[in-house]
Amino acid sequence: MSINNVTINAPATESAHGPAPRRYVRKTQMRIVLHQLSKNKGAMVGLFIILAIVLVAIFADVLFDYDRDVVGIHISQKLLRPSWAHPFGTDDLGRDIFIRVLYGSRYSVSVGVVATIIGLGIGVVLGAIAGYYCGLAEDIIMRFNDILSAVPSILMGIVIVSAMGATTFNLMLAIGITSVPQFVRITRASVLTVRNQEYIEALHAAGISEARIIAFHVLPNCLSPIIVQATLRIASAIIAASSLSFLGLGVPAPAPEWGSMLSLGRQYVRTASYLTIFPGLAILVTVLAFNLLGDGLRDAIDPKLKK
Amino acid sequence: MEKNVSNTILEVKDLKKHFKTSRGMLHAVDGVSFSIEYGKTLGIVGESGCGKTTLGRTILRLVEPTSGGIMLEGRDITKLNLRDMKKVRKDIQIIFQDPFSSLDPRNTISQALTEVVKVNKIRSGKQEIKDRVLQLMETVGLAERLINTYPHELDGGRRQRIGIARALAMEPKFIVCDEPVSALDVSIQAQILNLLQELQETLGLSYIFITHDLAVVNHFADVIAVMYLGQIVEKAPTEELFAHPLHPYTQALLSAIPIPEILVERPRILLRGEITSPINPKDECRFGNRCFHDCKECRGSNPVLREVSPDHFVACCKV
Ligand SMILES: Nc1ncnc2c1ncn2[C@@H]1O[C@H](COP(=O)(O)OP(=O)(O)OP(=O)(O)O)[C@@H](O)[C@H]1O
Ligand SMILES: [Mg+2]
Repeated sequence: MSINNVTINAPATESAHGPAPRRYVRKTQMRIVLHQLSKNKGAMVGLFIILAIVLVAIFADVLFDYDRDVVGIHISQKLLRPSWAHPFGTDDLGRDIFIRVLYGSRYSVSVGVVATIIGLGIGVVLGAIAGYYCGLAEDIIMRFNDILSAVPSILMGIVIVSAMGATTFNLMLAIGITSVPQFVRITRASVLTVRNQEYIEALHAAGISEARIIAFHVLPNCLSPIIVQATLRIASAIIAASSLSFLGLGVPAPAPEWGSMLSLGRQYVRTASYLTIFPGLAILVTVLAFNLLGDGLRDAIDPKLKK
Repeated sequence: MEKNVSNTILEVKDLKKHFKTSRGMLHAVDGVSFSIEYGKTLGIVGESGCGKTTLGRTILRLVEPTSGGIMLEGRDITKLNLRDMKKVRKDIQIIFQDPFSSLDPRNTISQALTEVVKVNKIRSGKQEIKDRVLQLMETVGLAERLINTYPHELDGGRRQRIGIARALAMEPKFIVCDEPVSALDVSIQAQILNLLQELQETLGLSYIFITHDLAVVNHFADVIAVMYLGQIVEKAPTEELFAHPLHPYTQALLSAIPIPEILVERPRILLRGEITSPINPKDECRFGNRCFHDCKECRGSNPVLREVSPDHFVACCKV
């Protein structure tokens, strides 16, 4: 007999017990997380700062004329102390530090985000494979991972940038690759726990393919720790980008990357300390904001972690 | 044994599943044989850890058998490659023990059922798939308004109904029910059991019904097999088993069922002794340590299952 068109008068399931239907609240879990997050003051401050920085980064070109305000040389105005006209002062070529710091958010944010996406993309795929298929694949990936994580990130940056040239993209690539091991590790750990859940076996029994199971059922259930990790990685990527630029291996001059601004201001650190203080503060505030948000997300996603 | 072979939907022959563990080979399923006819239910009863779930999963090849044969409608499915196995999976389905962990927490009822119908090409076309999902929900008694709810918003009974709907989505002939009610409270248990029974009648399904509670299969199973540490120790038609339990373990299980009459007093058989380890078991009766018979023969070799009266099989040297 066919299964079609068979209806069974099952006992009433619309009985009083059980929760009411919630058609509108679709992403319930997402809502809970956002609600938790909104109660965390630190995370909200972080989020606010990040939004401000991102807005400035996006509209930097509208606000300032790159050739005139950012890299244009005005010798007559060199090394001015902070004033109303130049809130952060000017550097040895007469460029306004305030404008350069604002414009520099562009490099930091884009390098941080793109490098993290590169690391996340590679790391999540490798981590998922290692966690889902134990055995040889796992061994190879994890050993490779151990080797990769033993290389200091600055060294990796120096190698890649000196081999391939000091461009912004190579900088992103170098930083992205150094963040791969952490994503591999964190993805593998959460895939391992999800993989042994009964619903994965149920999906196998229901004829769903391995690839589909990994992409649509295993990974979405591992997402929370990966998102937290990504937020925190953006912060370290920004520091790494500034460090490499400070060493002259990052975004090439005269672009106002915060690290290279620090490097330029170094020789005036006694006489015109504002050349180094303000780019340094910019790095500090941005990194702090991402770390605050990352910690807040972690607490919101896993309330058990909260003391 | 003269049996009409064409009546048999599933025949399991000397099925074994051994797991490698740090302390040796764990004989989770160790030489199980039985057959099931179309439209009938085989109840498998045994205590926790005796290998019931492993048996059910091995039959679907969710875990690969160590040895033995699984004949579905005369075809040995242990020899099929993965692609052919996928087609066979449509005929055999499973309902899981724990309705709380057997559903993806991120999928609504609609998403879960749509995926199964779509991926297996049971229906095609958006509207047809949607109709099929609604029809499945109606079949298992889930109200249409619940279509966009997540598992965590539902009680155990409704979740188990989703599990049943998911199994039915493939239009199977045969379903392994792995303790489908043991995680539910008693009133819900009865609802789910009724549903399964009605589905069997209307759809002509065959079941393996796994449970640790003999009372549950009493009215449900046509034949009951009692499992102990990976082996079947007694198998008989349900009435026969309840009327004449022969194996000491079966007798102990039956004595534990409360009788709903006040004056009837049945002596409770209490089992003493340690459970034999399923890891590298010796060739002796696995129940020997806990048995109230004290015999020497079964210390030397593990008694084999033999027919003592028509269709009544038992593995005990005292019978
Ligand atoms: N993947 C595995 N690896 C190693 N040992 C396993 C594995 N799966 C099951 N086992 C072992 O096999 C034995 C039988 O387990 P199984 O889950 O089949 O028992 P069960 O009869 O279903 O018990 P329950 O009533 O608790 O569900 C147990 O000793 C268990 O520890
Ligand atoms: Mg079980």
